[in-house]
Amino acid sequence: MSQDIATIRVTRYRPEKDSKPFVQEYKVPYRRDMVVLDALNYIKSQIDGSLTYRWSCRMGVCGSCGASVDGKPKLTCESFLHEFKGRTITVEPMPNFPVIKDLVVDMEDFMEKLVKIKPWIIREKESPVEEGEYKQSAKELERYSQFSSCINCMLCYAACPIYGLNEKFLGPAATALAYRYIDDSRDQGKDVRFPIVHEMEGAWECTLVGECSVVCPKGVDPMLAIQRTKILGATNAVKSLLMPRGGR
Amino acid sequence: MEHHSHDIVIIGGGAAGLRAAIAAVELDPKLDVAVVSKVYPMRSHTVSAEGGMAAVLRDYDNFDSHAFDTIKGSDFLADQDSVEFFVKEAPREAIQLEHWGCPFSRDPDGRISSRAFGGMTVKRTLFATDKIGFHLLHTLFQTSLKYENIHRYDEWFVTSLLVDNGRVEGVTAIEIRTGELVPILGKAVIIATGGCGRIFQFTTNGWIKTGDGMAIAYRAGVPLKDMEMVQYHPTLLPNTGILITEAARGEGGYLLNKDGERFLKKYVPNKMELGPRDILSRAEMSEINAGRGFEGPYGSYVHLDLTHLGKITIEDKLPFVKELAERYVGIDPEHEPIPVRPGQHYMMGGVHTDLHGFTGMPGLYAAGEVACVTMNGANRLGSNSLTECLVFGAEAGKAAAQYASKLASPSFGNPVDGETMMEEKRIFDRLLKHEQGERVSTIRTEMQNGMEKYVGIYRDENGLREACKLIGSLKARLTNGIVEDQDHVYNTELVSALELDFMLDVAETIPYSAILRHESRGAHYRTDFTKRDDVNFLKHSMAHKTSGPPRIDYSPVTITRWKPEERVY
Repeated sequence: MSQDIATIRVTRYRPEKDSKPFVQEYKVPYRRDMVVLDALNYIKSQIDGSLTYRWSCRMGVCGSCGASVDGKPKLTCESFLHEFKGRTITVEPMPNFPVIKDLVVDMEDFMEKLVKIKPWIIREKESPVEEGEYKQSAKELERYSQFSSCINCMLCYAACPIYGLNEKFLGPAATALAYRYIDDSRDQGKDVRFPIVHEMEGAWECTLVGECSVVCPKGVDPMLAIQRTKILGATNAVKSLLMPRGGR
Repeated sequence: MEHHSHDIVIIGGGAAGLRAAIAAVELDPKLDVAVVSKVYPMRSHTVSAEGGMAAVLRDYDNFDSHAFDTIKGSDFLADQDSVEFFVKEAPREAIQLEHWGCPFSRDPDGRISSRAFGGMTVKRTLFATDKIGFHLLHTLFQTSLKYENIHRYDEWFVTSLLVDNGRVEGVTAIEIRTGELVPILGKAVIIATGGCGRIFQFTTNGWIKTGDGMAIAYRAGVPLKDMEMVQYHPTLLPNTGILITEAARGEGGYLLNKDGERFLKKYVPNKMELGPRDILSRAEMSEINAGRGFEGPYGSYVHLDLTHLGKITIEDKLPFVKELAERYVGIDPEHEPIPVRPGQHYMMGGVHTDLHGFTGMPGLYAAGEVACVTMNGANRLGSNSLTECLVFGAEAGKAAAQYASKLASPSFGNPVDGETMMEEKRIFDRLLKHEQGERVSTIRTEMQNGMEKYVGIYRDENGLREACKLIGSLKARLTNGIVEDQDHVYNTELVSALELDFMLDVAETIPYSAILRHESRGAHYRTDFTKRDDVNFLKHSMAHKTSGPPRIDYSPVTITRWKPEERVY
């Protein structure tokens, strides 16, 4: 029996050599329990050492290895070859990001947005550690728990039609992370964070198609966070019309 | 030459590095701290820790119990002053982390939940479902963003320490995105790069765990301590090496052989599945060698059975285990046992430091898995390592801050400019320009397979001698290793070659330390010396870099209150 072979079509771009991206095909031995990242690693170690991509944990938690696989944003470490139609699979850099090289994209924009939402516990007064932990009920934990599961893998930005058009949009992950703190019973920074989240452009263009929530590998629902921002915005707009001092 | 300058340069942005950074700027807000990491900090391997972090928080527990469990777990090779310091600082660090927002799981009283863990007498492992590492790392990283005087160098790869007259004055690092080698000066440097699991073929460790910090300290003259002490974790998924947390057993999971028998009753009858990792890993191998394992395409394995725990426990306490088992081996742990086998997980050994992370070289500190304080001795207990990163990360950060605030900034000139130029030559004129030779990946694979074969769970004189020989020959071959990618921009193949160069230096210290330890202690098991020998080997090995093979000498173990006794569970 001849060996089972998969064809991996990778979109490559090396800024020092190429004026524009091109597609390169590689043949790799196919195994049913092989993920796309295994195929890339096979290529890099056996065929072409110059193929460039990020990865580390290979267990879906470090968030490094996102790419567009057969047109959908995925973590390559948890995308099995057998989940795709046929034996030819295309791997491209995640859309909506500038490409640095091959599958490596520039995520600095997100890193800046992350700082803007002040992703840390804000308290009027910090208690000394000697007084013990801040109490939190299982129910209070549940309120923000899913938003705290974001691994910053950028798949949601790659899937977001609004971010593709308007990069000023705070976007799915950063909005979800803002709510991760807003909904945390230990945090008292709502008044600081709401205006930041609300004043960022783009939430209103979000049609709540929810591609972000669909592609999230960790079950985070950024669409819910964005929806809440819109409701909050609408409430504040009404308040500012009807109540003195904008209802503050 | 272009260069950067900070008060403190921290290499690595995982738990220990970030904790050190925050501790330094909290101690002295005037200090300017750089965190230099080859990945964005939230990608650091801390992210993969699952089960929990140990600390005495409840009235039913006490420091002596945590200390003794740790010391017994270490097979009495831990320095007891380090352990005593550690257990007392642990609760502070846990609560600080909670105050910073770590989403710990909670008990009905609103306090942090704790679970049982291997080798721990009582429930003291604090957890956030089974993703403590992920939550801890993101909490620390996001908290670090609050401090404007923590400057990050994301995706910068440190290649060497800059040393002037025996004192550390910074690092050389490649900005991966541009490919430029740039000196980053600092009055103090803290190494927090984690372990070197990728030396081995079958490991839970991520791709980035290549022992960089161990190698740069070793090359600068700091000894690597207890390098023969390598932890093999008992429950990895065959093929991938993905970790299935000890929490699965902490919550009541069983290990079964192919006869469906809880075989640990023959090995650790009083602890069963909550025995320490070294003994459990060997017990699994004994079962497999006796023909009582299962055979699969990726070798022999045993079963981790959670089916009796029920849906609620699995979903509430072990959701990541469920996710990993379903995704990577197609098994629903509610209904079927998970195939597991032992594999490399953690380095007890590392860069020699004192209690404050000080390495003995002025200006140089280390903390976390890269360091050897030593509190883990010959076998680390599960859930002590994250706490170790916090306790000793904070300690190293404070010590470095105190040291740095007294000093003037180093100036860029002789000799560090010359050292930078030599690094440029080494990397860009030599390593990158080899024209004939073999792929770096081939050499790496041979190292990983060789370490697996000769320096694994069972060791003997002949195998260790083979390993020493192999690593020596691979080092020679790497001098002709070829890097195909000649780009400056984001050259991951060049970074891999530099990592392999580091790994070979670090790997070599393991068999050279192991071959001289004529005893079995903790994770170091010699089939030709099966007993512990306190008369001759209650001491730490120290590997020193020479122009040839490592030179090994010894330092004493600090015993405070607990005399070594037979280790029975």
